[in-house]
Amino acid sequence: MSRPANEPAADRPPANVDVAPPDAAGTTGAVTARLGGFRVPTETLRAYTMVFALVAIWAFFQWQTISEMFPWGLFLHPVNFTNLLKQMAVTGVLAVGMLMVIVAGQIDLSVGSVVGLAGGVAAMTQDQGLVVSLAAAVVIGVAIGAFQGALVAYANIPAFIVTLGGLLAWRGVILWLTRGETKPVYLTPFRALGVDLVAPTAGYALAALAVAAVVWLTLRRNSARRRHGLSVPSLGATAARIFVPTVLILVFIYMMNTPTRANAQGGVPLPVIVLLGVALLGAFLTQNTTFGRYLYAIGGNPDAARLSGISLRRHILAAFCLLGALVGVASLMHTARVGAATPDAGSLMELDAIAACVIGGTSLMGGRGTVFGAMLGALIMASLDNGMSLLGVQNATQYVVKGAVLVAAVGFDMLGRRKG
Amino acid sequence: MILLEMRDITKSFPGVRALDGVSFDLRAGELHALVGENGAGKSTLMKVLGGVYPHGTYGGEIVIDGEVRRFAGVREAEDAGIAVIYQELSLIKELSIGENIFLGREPRRLGVIRWEELYSRAQRLLDELQLPLDPRTPVGRLGIGQQQLVEIAKALSQEARILVLDEPTAALTDAEVETLFRIIRGLKARGVGMIYISHKLDEVFRTSERITVLRDGRTVGTDLTSALDEPRVIARMVGREVGDIFPEAAHERGDVIFEARGMTVEDPNVRGKLLVENVSFSVRRGEVLGIAGLMGAGRSDLLMGIFGAHAGRTTGEVYVAGRRIHIRRPSDAIRHGVGFVTEDRKRYGLVLEQTILNNMTLAGLRRLSGRFVTDVDAEAAAGGRAMKDLRVKANSVFTVAGTLSGGNQQKVVLAKWLLTNPRVLFLDEPTRGIDVGAKQEIYGHINRLAQEGLAIVLVSSELPEVLGLSDRVLVLHEGHVTGEFRRAEATPEAVMACATGHTRRAA
Repeated sequence: MSRPANEPAADRPPANVDVAPPDAAGTTGAVTARLGGFRVPTETLRAYTMVFALVAIWAFFQWQTISEMFPWGLFLHPVNFTNLLKQMAVTGVLAVGMLMVIVAGQIDLSVGSVVGLAGGVAAMTQDQGLVVSLAAAVVIGVAIGAFQGALVAYANIPAFIVTLGGLLAWRGVILWLTRGETKPVYLTPFRALGVDLVAPTAGYALAALAVAAVVWLTLRRNSARRRHGLSVPSLGATAARIFVPTVLILVFIYMMNTPTRANAQGGVPLPVIVLLGVALLGAFLTQNTTFGRYLYAIGGNPDAARLSGISLRRHILAAFCLLGALVGVASLMHTARVGAATPDAGSLMELDAIAACVIGGTSLMGGRGTVFGAMLGALIMASLDNGMSLLGVQNATQYVVKGAVLVAAVGFDMLGRRKG
Repeated sequence: MILLEMRDITKSFPGVRALDGVSFDLRAGELHALVGENGAGKSTLMKVLGGVYPHGTYGGEIVIDGEVRRFAGVREAEDAGIAVIYQELSLIKELSIGENIFLGREPRRLGVIRWEELYSRAQRLLDELQLPLDPRTPVGRLGIGQQQLVEIAKALSQEARILVLDEPTAALTDAEVETLFRIIRGLKARGVGMIYISHKLDEVFRTSERITVLRDGRTVGTDLTSALDEPRVIARMVGREVGDIFPEAAHERGDVIFEARGMTVEDPNVRGKLLVENVSFSVRRGEVLGIAGLMGAGRSDLLMGIFGAHAGRTTGEVYVAGRRIHIRRPSDAIRHGVGFVTEDRKRYGLVLEQTILNNMTLAGLRRLSGRFVTDVDAEAAAGGRAMKDLRVKANSVFTVAGTLSGGNQQKVVLAKWLLTNPRVLFLDEPTRGIDVGAKQEIYGHINRLAQEGLAIVLVSSELPEVLGLSDRVLVLHEGHVTGEFRRAEATPEAVMACATGHTRRAA
C-alpha cells in the first residue's frame, strides 16, 4: 500500500503510532486499566493478580509450617517444594493441552479417563520393551484425540457431549482391558520418569543453556526490531529483560539442587523438567506460530476466522490431537509416579486441568488464555493441595477450599472486566 | 376516524439523526404504505411506535384515539393495541402454533395452563383467517410464509387495532402473497389500521389507500395512492442531490481482472429457492463496480457465494486474469487474490477481543509473518504502515479492536484485506454505521485504491454512495440483474426503478 497520492504527508495526524513490543503476558490484549498512577494492560494486571495470590498462599503456608526442625518454614523448603512440583507436573502438562483446546472454543472432559487408559496400556505392554510401552501411551492419546476431535470438527457434535461420552467410555475400556486389576510398573527407566532427580551438575548445565537462550533471544529480537524500523528497547530495558529471567532460573536450580535428608544429592525432579519443556513448547505454539494465532481467532470469532480463510475443522482437530499427545505423556508421568496403573487412575484430572486454565484467566468461551496463566493456575491448585495436606486439613475441607478458590478466581476476573 | 397520529417524531443515534420531525397518521380500516430507501428511517419509526425505543429516547408525540401515549416498552405498546410483525420472525420454532400465539398470555387457572382452551381459541383464530392449520403443529415445521401468517394470528389474538407489517412478502411464495392480501382485506373490513412497509411498489399500489415516502429521516409527502404512480414515488424516494462528499475521481481502467459467470446461489434453508440466479459480471483493473439493490436483493449472497463462504449451494464460473479458478472455501479465494471486506464488521470482520495487529494480519498471516513460526516484528512493521496509510486512530497496533470506534474498526478490516495483497476487493456495506467523517475517509481510500489499479466491487444500500463512487453500476432485484449502467447514465431514478423491479435495462 502506498500513501494517498493527493495528500501531503504533513497533513496527517502526528505519527504517534507507537508500535511498542508487547510484553510477555500482554500479547493477546492491551485494554488498559488504571492502577495507581499507571496504565497497565488488564491482561498483565490479571497475571500480576494471580502471581500476588500465589505469593500470598505461599507466605501463609510457609508461616503455618514453621517448626523447630524448619525455623523458616517447611512449605518452600526443597524437601517439600520438590514434592509440590512433582504433584503439579501431571496437571500442568494436561493444562497446557487443555488450554489450546479451550482457546479454540472447545472442551475435553475425557482427559482423566484417557490418562487411565493410556497409562494402563503402557503398564501392560512393558513386556514388549520400554520404547513400545512408552510409545503406546502417546499413540493411544493421539488416536483418541484425533477420533474425538474428528467427531467435533467434522460431525459437528458438541465437544462437551463427545468428550463426556469419552469420559465414560474410555473408563469402561480400562476396566475391560485390566479386568479391574492393578498393573505394576517394573521397568526401571519407566519408573524413573515419575520419580528420578536430575543430577545437580546436569541441572546447572540446563540452567546455563536456558540463560544462554534468554540472552540470544533477547538480542535477536532487538536486531529484528531494528531491521523492521521499530523502536528498540533501551540498553537498560534490554539488560532487565535478560537479568530477571536469569536470576529466576538460577535461584530455582540452586534451590532444587540443595541436598536434603530425603535425597542427599539434591536435583530437579525429572517430571518437572518434562513439565518445563511442555510448557515452553505450549507457549511457543500459542504465541509464536500461525497455528496458535488461528486458535485464538477461531475461539474469539469463528465467523471472522472462517471468512479470513482459516480452516476451523483442521485446527480444531489438530488441537485435540495435541492435547491427546500430552495426555499420553501425562499418563506416563502419573503411572510412573504411582508405580502402577490402577483402574481408577486419572479420575477427575480433567477438572484439575480445566480449573488450572480458568484460574489462570482462560475464558471457557474461547479466544482468551495463556500457557503462563494456566501454569500459574496449576501451581496455585498444587500449592493448595500440598499446603493443606501438610497442615493436616481434612480431605473434605480441601475439596471445599479448592472449589471456592476456583469460583472466587473467576469472580474477581469478571469484576475486573466489568470495570475495565 | 384517525386511529393513530405520530407528531414530529425525532430520533438520534450517535452521529446520525435517523428521524427528523416525521409526522404520520393512520385511519381505522386503512392500509397506509411506508416506503423509502434502505436507511430512510422506516424501521426506526416503527420501533418508536412499537415501544422498542421507549418514551424519552425520542422527540415528538404518539397519539392514539386522541390521547397522548408514552410507552415505556414493547409490552405497553402491545397493550395499547399495536402489533409489529418484524422482518425477522419472532416465533419459537420448537413450540406449537397455539403456544406461540398465546406465549406469555396463556389462559390459565391457578398458574396451570388450560390447554384445551388455548388450543380451541387458537383454532378459532386460524379459522377466522381461513388458514388450514392444526394449532398443535410445531412452528418449525411450517414454511416461512405460513409462519408469517401465524404472526398475524398472534397479533389478532392480542386484539391489535394497529398492525405494522415490515416487508411481509419478502419470503412468501406467490400463492402465500395472495393469502396475505385476502387476510389484509378482511382486516380492513374489521377496522384494523395497517402500516405496510415494502420495497415492492406493485404490492404497495395494489393494497394501500395512502402512501407516505420517507427520505433521510424526513417525510417527503403523504398522498392518496390513487393520486400517485410508480415513477412519482420513485422520484420522491431518491430525490436528492448526490452531495459533493464524493471526490470526483477518474479511474484509469485496465484489463478485465475478475469475472463471474452464471452465479447461482441457493437458499440454505429453503430448498429450491434461489437467492441469486444466473448473475454475471466482470471488473477491470482500477475500476469500481457498484452493485445496487434493495434489502434482500441477493447482493451479499452473490459475493459470499463467489467467495466460497455461502452456506447455500453455489454454482457458476469464476475467472481471475482470464484463468478459470475454483473457489471452494475462502482460503481458495484469498490465494487467487480475491479480498472481501464483509458486512457487519463485529460479526464477520473482527475478533473484537484481540489487538488491531492480530486482526489486520489474520487473513494474510502466512504471507506477512512466516508459514508456521510467526514474526511479530515483521507483522508490527506492516501493521504500523497500514495503520498510518489508513489513518486508524489508536494508541498503538496493540490496542484491542473492540475498543475502537466503528470507523476505525472498519479501517482495520479494510487493512486486513489489503494486507492479503488482493487483485480484486469486494466491499460489502463498507460504511454502514460509521460517522460522516469516517465515511468520507473510506471513500477517499476506495478512490485511491482504484487509482492504484485495484479492481473493486462495491455493495452498498446507500444509493448515493454507489452512484458517487462507481464507474459502472449493476442493479439486482430478487436475485436477478435488472439493470446495468455506466456512471454517466446512472441517475438515482433510473437505478431505483430497476431496483424495485419496475423496469429492466441492459448497458
